[in-house]
Amino acid sequence: MSRLQIPKTYKQFIGGKFPRSESGRTYRVTSAEGEFVANAAQSSRKDARDAVTAARSAFAAWSGATSYNRVQVLYRIAEVLEGRRTQFIDEIRTLEGGSAASAAAQVDRAIDLWVWYAGWADKYAQVLGSANPVAGPYFNLSVPEPTGVVAQIAPQGSDSLLGLVAVIAPAIVSGNTVVVIADERAPLPAISFAEVVATSDVPDGVVNILTGSATELGPWLASHADVDALDLTGAGSLDWVALEEAAAETITRVVRPTGDLHGSLQKIAVFTETKTIWHTTSLI
Amino acid sequence: MSFLEYAPAPESRAILNLEDSYGLFIGGELTDGHGEPLESISPADGSRIATFQTADADDVDRAVGAARRAYDTVWSKMPGAERAKYLFRIARIVQERARELAVAESLDNGKPIKETRDFDVPTAAAWFFYYAGWADKLEYAGLTNPRALGVAAQVIPWNFPLMMLAWKIAPALAAGNTVVLKPAQTTPLTALLFAEIVQQADLPAGVVNIIAGAGETGHALIAHGDVDKVAFTGSTAVGRSIARSVAGTKKKLTLELGGKGANIVFDDAPIDQAVEGVVTGIFFNQGQVCCAGSRLLIQESAHDEFVERLQRRMETLRVGDPLDKNTDVGAINSAAQLARIEELTAAGVDEGAVSWAPECDLPDEGFWFRPTLLTGVSTSHRVAREEIFGPVLSVMTFRTPAEAIAKANNTPYGLSAGIWSDKGSRVLSVADKLRAGVVWTNTFNKFDPTSPFGGYRESGYGREGGRPGLTSYLADEKGSAK
Amino acid sequence: MTKQADQASAAAAPALRASAQSVLGGAVTDTNLRRFLHGLPGVDAVGLEARAAQLATRSIKTSSKAWALDKIISLIDLTTLEGADTAGKVSSLVGKALVPDPADASCPRVAAVCVYGDMVAAAVSALGSAHGEIQVAAVATAFPSGRASLAVKLADTRDAVAAGADEIDMVIDRGAFLEGRYAEVFDQIVAVKDACRRSDGSVAHLKVILETGELNTYDNVRRASWLAILAGGDFIKTSTGKVSPAATLPVTLSMLEVVRDWKRLTGESIGVKPAGGIRTSKDAIRYLVTVAETVGEEWLTPELFRFGASSLTNDVLLQRQKIISGRYSAAQYVTID
Repeated sequence: MSRLQIPKTYKQFIGGKFPRSESGRTYRVTSAEGEFVANAAQSSRKDARDAVTAARSAFAAWSGATSYNRVQVLYRIAEVLEGRRTQFIDEIRTLEGGSAASAAAQVDRAIDLWVWYAGWADKYAQVLGSANPVAGPYFNLSVPEPTGVVAQIAPQGSDSLLGLVAVIAPAIVSGNTVVVIADERAPLPAISFAEVVATSDVPDGVVNILTGSATELGPWLASHADVDALDLTGAGSLDWVALEEAAAETITRVVRPTGDLHGSLQKIAVFTETKTIWHTTSLI
Repeated sequence: MSFLEYAPAPESRAILNLEDSYGLFIGGELTDGHGEPLESISPADGSRIATFQTADADDVDRAVGAARRAYDTVWSKMPGAERAKYLFRIARIVQERARELAVAESLDNGKPIKETRDFDVPTAAAWFFYYAGWADKLEYAGLTNPRALGVAAQVIPWNFPLMMLAWKIAPALAAGNTVVLKPAQTTPLTALLFAEIVQQADLPAGVVNIIAGAGETGHALIAHGDVDKVAFTGSTAVGRSIARSVAGTKKKLTLELGGKGANIVFDDAPIDQAVEGVVTGIFFNQGQVCCAGSRLLIQESAHDEFVERLQRRMETLRVGDPLDKNTDVGAINSAAQLARIEELTAAGVDEGAVSWAPECDLPDEGFWFRPTLLTGVSTSHRVAREEIFGPVLSVMTFRTPAEAIAKANNTPYGLSAGIWSDKGSRVLSVADKLRAGVVWTNTFNKFDPTSPFGGYRESGYGREGGRPGLTSYLADEKGSAK
Repeated sequence: MTKQADQASAAAAPALRASAQSVLGGAVTDTNLRRFLHGLPGVDAVGLEARAAQLATRSIKTSSKAWALDKIISLIDLTTLEGADTAGKVSSLVGKALVPDPADASCPRVAAVCVYGDMVAAAVSALGSAHGEIQVAAVATAFPSGRASLAVKLADTRDAVAAGADEIDMVIDRGAFLEGRYAEVFDQIVAVKDACRRSDGSVAHLKVILETGELNTYDNVRRASWLAILAGGDFIKTSTGKVSPAATLPVTLSMLEVVRDWKRLTGESIGVKPAGGIRTSKDAIRYLVTVAETVGEEWLTPELFRFGASSLTNDVLLQRQKIISGRYSAAQYVTID
């Protein structure tokens, strides 16, 4: 007789904890073949609000950590991801369909992309920053600083793990904190990813993951005055222009949808603000 | 009982698993060396640690050959992201074995366990972590067509053995080179422990080769015809001969040599922290540091009070067993080094300087020198010009910022300097005018893998750390295939 | 007390002002105090904290540790400062001060008990014949905020002294300090010191609480330390324990440096008391190391150094028990107070 399994419960990830939606709602997550897999929390606007609060609370400590510390934490995430490789392959196959090989390829790309970004934490400032030779007796330095809280819509409908990693990593590597709306159809890898984050020395609130409808939640995050940047990478199939318009009210920085999941320095840079400091120099 | 005579707090040696004899690490394995073996001893008490086989010219040739094969067949073909993963693995294992490495380093070098534990080993790990992340980002280093150089020959000194190894190997591997590294004659132990770590990380054979030996081994390695890059840290005297030896060859060279760093203290310095900074500057690692703040330039009006505070602070320095966790100042690395320190200090006194050291008992065995202050030093004294490489501070005065700068720059060296003042505009302006590769302001002896380190003029050329530390292991080849 | 009486008592301390005037090089005015205090060398926070962290790496083992644990207990001002304090609570605290470890008669007694002024009588009564060996310290001057008129603060002080307090822990007026009214802060301390005078001519010992957490910068702490000493404080104390951050190792180090420099300048020894937030033996040992290596181990005596603590005692007792028995101990083997 085969052993009865214990199905997993999939809740949101907010402030380092795994709460159900305050609305009490769930929605059916089905496999690629249409079979019932799980009831995932259906995040509400209040969950989104709470997630932004958690992200804001976490920002000072995360952006204030040394870049060396952030490298360590991000690399630790990679170690734990690697340890859970089989679990992720399973989840992706179940929800997205496809072969074991293609699921494995996605997981491996996600982990490798994560490691690539981790290694930027203590370097991007050296490439993006500069000492500026101003025409006067001044020491002048430009440094890139994290912008703050970034609301993100992860790619929808495919690449449920890779897409998630592709948006989260470049944002948090410089010290931003994020609120991410996961792939609605395949949210389970996102929650498993949250479990990885929760066990990898990441301070509470640095990464927050909502599951549910990006159409419903997007406008609330876009218009939220305490969100500094809106990452619409995965919003290609939504009315993203309306989101961009909503974000305009508080001059929130907007990254438009792209199909591109490759790593780039530009994706880090777009979530930083350049601060330029002047200091007089004088011998006497 | 005096509380300040803290009870012994010995770090246990039990964590070490030493061999009686170590071979050469070539092509991923330990093999016999055919040079004259070295007996490494503990400078604190003269006791034997282990025997280290050394490389003769044939062994050097074998090692370079292994590095070349590994470069041609494996390492140059490997994507940067995979090189990165190997370096991350090595960084992790250094962290995991940190305590063992710290004990081994203190035993072999004579420096306090407090320093190896809190500085040398963590910094070595950090260097690997930082450069790991560069391995797959070479296109951001500022070059158009970055390419590895090939095989790097690396010769390192005895003052920070494991950390110097990390400074050399991490960027070299990140940039795609393979290496042959020779640790210093008196401190081969942690390099051979690192060979074990390389094996634990499953690094492809021949990417890292470690061969112990004395001067002849180093010379043979550097002079080897199939070496593309030479990296040397050590004395200016040896640096000169290396520069001569590579002249006209294809070899790229970086040198990190000696120094006579000036620690400049203005009358508006945060005084208690300046005292600490001066003490750290010259007594950290027993003063056996290329970037030591071995000259104190104190503003004349503040001289007497500052010297008095310095003396009071020096009285709380604890000199003794390197493996005692409360030791601040350990043993001098070798008899030869001790003799040099003694000779120069005596010369200083002969020249007219006044020598002062706190009273402290020194152990009977081993090589020891009390932290020493030489006051009344003038710019023409030997002790103001020559690198002593020991815990001896030469004290001079200045009147104006311009004079401080002139005196600080009045040396063929140009490695480090310190500036102590509460006035930002002055600190930045003085920093701007000092001819030194590393300028510390209101701090001293700070190192970070992101922060380039290296000297002007006879302190050498090239930088370690940061982006320049990476590009010194890369060629920029126009029109070459990526 | 009338303003004239206050002025009279202020004028009655001419000896103190003279030494302050000689160090200041002029009369005690806001201007002269500002010149002096702002002319002190600055404190680089990074360097200060690094030095404190270095001192914290000292490894105090075996016989040194045993000595340190006993010494810590003998330096504790065992404290209760709650609105809910009662005679019963104070009596229980005193019981603990007298017998820190009922299972071990070799355990030393604490230096003092520290209570609110209106609990002094209860403390004195509970101590009985042990009063004298163990001191009674009272917080006063509208502790912890200090936000009351000088008249009220002096009355608070006099009441505590009259009730039998051996020591007064006063708070400086942080508002006045942050406004730069240094002379007012100075004068208040002088007046409080005068209010510590008893009819027999003896004077209660004065600790001056700087409330370093509210002063915020190390430069402010440095200046306030000098100000408190110039004004006649016998001890400078970090905190009330009611504000976070309370005592920290770097702040205490900075205050010890001032005390060292004062000794160098005048030959006089001033005490230091870190209070609040020191909960473990490990932390307390770090303070002993910092004192010994900054001003000398002769400062490790109740006349010159105290810990303001409550829960620290039990952690020290647990450590003591481990040294004696060789096993790790547990909460039920120490008493609550």
